[in-house]
Amino acid sequence: MVEKIRVRATLNGEPVDFLVAPYVSLLDTLRDELGLTGTKEGCNDGNCGACTVNLDGRIVDSCCVLGAEIDGSAVETIEGMAEPGKLHPLQQAFLEEAALQCGICTPGFLISAKALLDAEPHPSEDRIRFWLAGNLCRCTGYDKIVKAVQKAAESA
Amino acid sequence: MHPFEYVRATSVDEAIAALAKHGERARPLAGGTDVLVMARAGRWELDALVDIKHIPETNVLELGSSEFRLGSAVACYRVYEDEQVAAKFPGLVDSASIIGGVQIQSRAGLGGNLCNASPSGDGICPLIVHTTTCVIAGPNGTREVAAEDFCTGPGRSVLEDGEFLIEMKMPMPQKGFGAAYERFTPRNEMDIAVAGVASSVQLDGDTIVSARVALAAVGPTPILSSAGDFLAGKEATAENISAAAQAASGDASPISDMRGTAEQRIHLVGVLTRRTLERAVERARENN
Ligand SMILES: Cc1cc2nc3c(=O)[nH]c(=O)nc-3n(C[C@H](O)[C@H](O)[C@H](O)COP(=O)(O)OP(=O)(O)OC[C@H]3O[C@@H](n4cnc5c(N)ncnc54)[C@H](O)[C@@H]3O)c2cc1C
Ligand code: FES
Ligand code: FES
Repeated sequence: MVEKIRVRATLNGEPVDFLVAPYVSLLDTLRDELGLTGTKEGCNDGNCGACTVNLDGRIVDSCCVLGAEIDGSAVETIEGMAEPGKLHPLQQAFLEEAALQCGICTPGFLISAKALLDAEPHPSEDRIRFWLAGNLCRCTGYDKIVKAVQKAAESA
Repeated sequence: MHPFEYVRATSVDEAIAALAKHGERARPLAGGTDVLVMARAGRWELDALVDIKHIPETNVLELGSSEFRLGSAVACYRVYEDEQVAAKFPGLVDSASIIGGVQIQSRAGLGGNLCNASPSGDGICPLIVHTTTCVIAGPNGTREVAAEDFCTGPGRSVLEDGEFLIEMKMPMPQKGFGAAYERFTPRNEMDIAVAGVASSVQLDGDTIVSARVALAAVGPTPILSSAGDFLAGKEATAENISAAAQAASGDASPISDMRGTAEQRIHLVGVLTRRTLERAVERARENN
């Protein structure tokens, strides 16, 4: 039996202190230990980006990170994106542009797109498509997602 | 997944001790983009993953006067976001910027790519054409191995139980040096190379003083091709580059699989060798 590890981190701006088994992914840690089910599992092997979270300022696939690895780090998930009562401009644009159907890919796309716009407020369409290459969507055909990101960039 | 321990090593000695304790049932953890996926897929039954990315030595990214030091845990983005490194080592940027997507590049590094020893690894051939020396630490001290000798078979390397890669060292590019990497994949991003080629040249005027050409995904390990030696002392002309491309095709010993046939791969090696040599020469001329 391997012992659980104590992890202290910052999650959506709040300090967290929890125990997690050392072999459990950050994705499962968020969903099962910390009750944040907004981050989704698609492939569980780094290909789809549904599990994207922001770790110390960079987007990562949380299925390819261990929960134990975030000790001392800051993690942002989709739950931290909207302000109370007010959607983030990207969330608003995704709704207005109908950039989702089933929605399983949406939290990952939003976290990825937010990191892009935070760093580059006015990216070209090519740049948006390149940046989002690590996020897969089986429903929308991507155009509406790209348009929504462009719209959010314009509104900012 | 077999339940394993997580050990965060903060010094080289700690990492060696933790790796040695578990022998073949432990593996280093860098970005985790290979090792976690494979552990989950049941490729190995591991008792411990030893996180080596909190060790100062594995994080160096240092341009010296004669040498560039690249820590084994430096993630891809650090290579292409560092303007000085990117300017000096565009051949490394060619690979660091195509390994997975942005999420993968936040974690994955060229060190992990090398240690993973996949024949199709995009990071290995660029290291080979930069004449990289791999610095390995283990229970018996430190040793150095040339990048072209590092991989010994698919997924296998010279690393013994308890050993791990600390850093990679390469000579600082001199005036007239250029390098490039290109792979062929059906999709532009997020795909595995059907074939890949890295090339480097050292020019003196129009003469190629020395060259290196390395081939990915066309043999059980990355291959240092004879095309580099062929070019040494010759002019950087289209004819010589074509002849070198043919030599590189001859060095490829690919298999046919779901990604491509052996015949297609041999053809691709020729095309990619020509293109990467041309780009390396172009970059060498810009670097004068
Ligand atoms: C979605 C996706 C896309 C990908 N796309 C590409 C691609 O386009 N091209 C490509 O080449 N690869 C690709 N990969 C594979 C992988 O991302 C790369 O091989 C990456 O460079 C591995 O680096 P890492 O730091 O994540 O390694 P890790 O997973 O941490 O380690 C890889 C292996 O090396 C060992 N290891 C790590 N560090 C050391 C060390 N310092 N000393 C000794 N052993 C060590 C580990 O035990 C493991 O066996 C992809 C993976 C995913 C999940
Ligand atoms: S669930 Fe992590 S990338 Fe698909
Ligand atoms: S909306 Fe269904 S996968 Fe993207």
